[in-house]
Amino acid sequence: MRFVDEFRDPELGRAVAGEILSLVEPGRHYKLMEVCGGHTHSIYKYGIDDLLPANVELVHGPGCPVCVIPMGRVDDGIAIAHEDGVIFTCFGDMMRVPGSNGSLLDAKAAGADIRMVYSPLDALRIAKQNPDREVVFFAIGFETTAPSTALTLKRARAEHLENFSVMCSHVTIVPPVRALLESPDLRLDGFIGPGHVSTVVGARPFEFIPADYGRPVVISGFEPLDILQSIAMILRQLAAGRCEVENQYKRVVPYEGNLRALEVMAEVFELRPHFEWRGLGFISHSGLKLSEAYADLDAEARFSVPGVRVADPKACQCGEVLKGVIKPWECKVFGTACTPERPIGTCMVSSEGACAAYYNFGRFAREREVV
Amino acid sequence: MAEPAVLSEREQKILGIIETARAKRAKFRDERITMAHGAGGKATQTLIEGLLAPAFASVVLDEMADAGAIEIDGVQLALTTDSYVVKPMRFPGGSIGELAVNGTVNDLAVSGAQPIALSLSLILEEGLSAEDLKLEVEAIARAAREAGVEIVAGDTKVVERGHADGMYVCTTGIGRRDPRARLSPAALRPGDRILLSGSIGEHGTAIMLARGEFELDAEIESDTRPLWTVVDALLDAAGSDLRCMRDATRGGVASVLNELARASSVAMIVREGAVPVRPGVAGAAEILGIDPMYVANEGKLVAFVAPDAAEQALAAMRSVPGCEAAAEIGEVRTEPPGMVLVETSFGGKRVMDQLVGDPLPRIC
Repeated sequence: MRFVDEFRDPELGRAVAGEILSLVEPGRHYKLMEVCGGHTHSIYKYGIDDLLPANVELVHGPGCPVCVIPMGRVDDGIAIAHEDGVIFTCFGDMMRVPGSNGSLLDAKAAGADIRMVYSPLDALRIAKQNPDREVVFFAIGFETTAPSTALTLKRARAEHLENFSVMCSHVTIVPPVRALLESPDLRLDGFIGPGHVSTVVGARPFEFIPADYGRPVVISGFEPLDILQSIAMILRQLAAGRCEVENQYKRVVPYEGNLRALEVMAEVFELRPHFEWRGLGFISHSGLKLSEAYADLDAEARFSVPGVRVADPKACQCGEVLKGVIKPWECKVFGTACTPERPIGTCMVSSEGACAAYYNFGRFAREREVV
Repeated sequence: MAEPAVLSEREQKILGIIETARAKRAKFRDERITMAHGAGGKATQTLIEGLLAPAFASVVLDEMADAGAIEIDGVQLALTTDSYVVKPMRFPGGSIGELAVNGTVNDLAVSGAQPIALSLSLILEEGLSAEDLKLEVEAIARAAREAGVEIVAGDTKVVERGHADGMYVCTTGIGRRDPRARLSPAALRPGDRILLSGSIGEHGTAIMLARGEFELDAEIESDTRPLWTVVDALLDAAGSDLRCMRDATRGGVASVLNELARASSVAMIVREGAVPVRPGVAGAAEILGIDPMYVANEGKLVAFVAPDAAEQALAAMRSVPGCEAAAEIGEVRTEPPGMVLVETSFGGKRVMDQLVGDPLPRIC
């Protein structure tokens, strides 16, 4: 595949891995967080971990948009899906995320009409094809997917579609990163910045990380070479005592972001005062809801939802794992009450979450050598 | 400069717990059947190993082969059965009728049995057009001729509109076990080579695209075909050095490898770059965020062969028309038992786990 294979060249990969090795200070341990779930996915898919010296540790951050949806919201979605005449639509990987009493996949098996879509526009099409049914789209994701939800809502409004609504669970990237940085026990040396989100928000919103918290950020693409290069760039900053926002993904990410996407988001959404994250708890101004002008398309207003907060199980220590304070195996429920088949916290929900990955890789993951 | 990372006592203990849990027979604890139970991954395994196998406890079933071995007065037979519920009924490269023959004869073939005869049950939905039915009956007859089997028994049922997607087809097949075959899922030994009979992911991708849920066009055809000729060639070339075969249907090559790694308590290493994938499939998989290793095939087998016979076996496979792309994709190792590792084309390593749930596309 052209424009793809070039970024997966194993020889170039080895060269960059060699450079990384030369940048590592012997005896020093580096903890770098990749914020975005897409990066975590690439890291596993290509075995990038395996190309790094063991003292360069990648910590998987809070940027998996499906795993951070708390149980209470999954329950709300399921409640709507069970309402008479409702067709409930969502992205495929959201269907497996457990609520307090099963997942959307389980609700589908129990009779709810739940359909997987690839784009909110697919949900809109289903609404047009089924004028006598209420079609709800479970909107999730960071600023990456929020603009497409916003455009879909605008189109629904323009076409006077009355049987379409959105259960908005969009989140924003900066608040959870700030929450992590605020934590007194944080042990991270740098950040691999989220590439997809940055195509929308730009590089500017991450300037606070070096400015206020003294950690370097490199916004990265998603191909294996992108990620390796970004790691090398962070290590180079650390070695030189520099600390700034750099953009490795210049071919896609403009510094100012996508102004039209930001405009449309500002029109359709507004910030919630606070939003709950699985494993991280409530974070101020971290979630989006529909603005006044679009309130009539808000599924949470159209249907009665339980809206009950379901607390994360007390024993779950996802927050600490995400902050890099503890390892997955140090969590009290890891591997016993919390397993990939029956996950409790966000780190186990996604197959790429730190805990699920550790569970699956086990001893094998620990066999890298220390420089 | 290097020394291995040292594991703390607690970490050792936790890893031990995980490894014990993995090795345990799966339990069926779900409240309801979900689509995941039909996807060929972990959930399917819990259904089979946790509910069905214990209920029918039998030595033959416990082998967990694609066909059950039976002996009648010294005659060695193999018996298998399968149901076909594919939607849409017709798709590029094949149809439900053709699949119903090939799927079942292939389960016999990879068990080392030459297919002899099939039974056929048709479950028809009220309202199905006679034209569609005729086309499928013809497809079944044609496929049976090509596979060299006779349809010797059958049944028809009609269900109300809405209770079947046009038609469902069930076939049961009987075959004669070949005396050259010494196959068992537990027979794999470290050093054995893993051979694949051709490019992967075509059937599943063709079906996904034919459903029209994604606005993607690609010229991808189902690979449905009977496999006895390939098996015959392999048995000729490798004989008792052929340890085991599987056709990589539901759950794809990844599921086959995982099942057998567990059954033989061995590890496997797969070289991703050696696995043949056609550009159309690779492109669709890339866009949909799906790994072709988990996508269904309907005419590809995975064979495990002792190292000394691997070269001949591969050459024999490649000489069969349609299997020119056959490849050696990896080998059997000792550690860690029950696990399949992949050497990625980029040069890293990762675990290729069993499919958990249905292969759901990722959003990020």
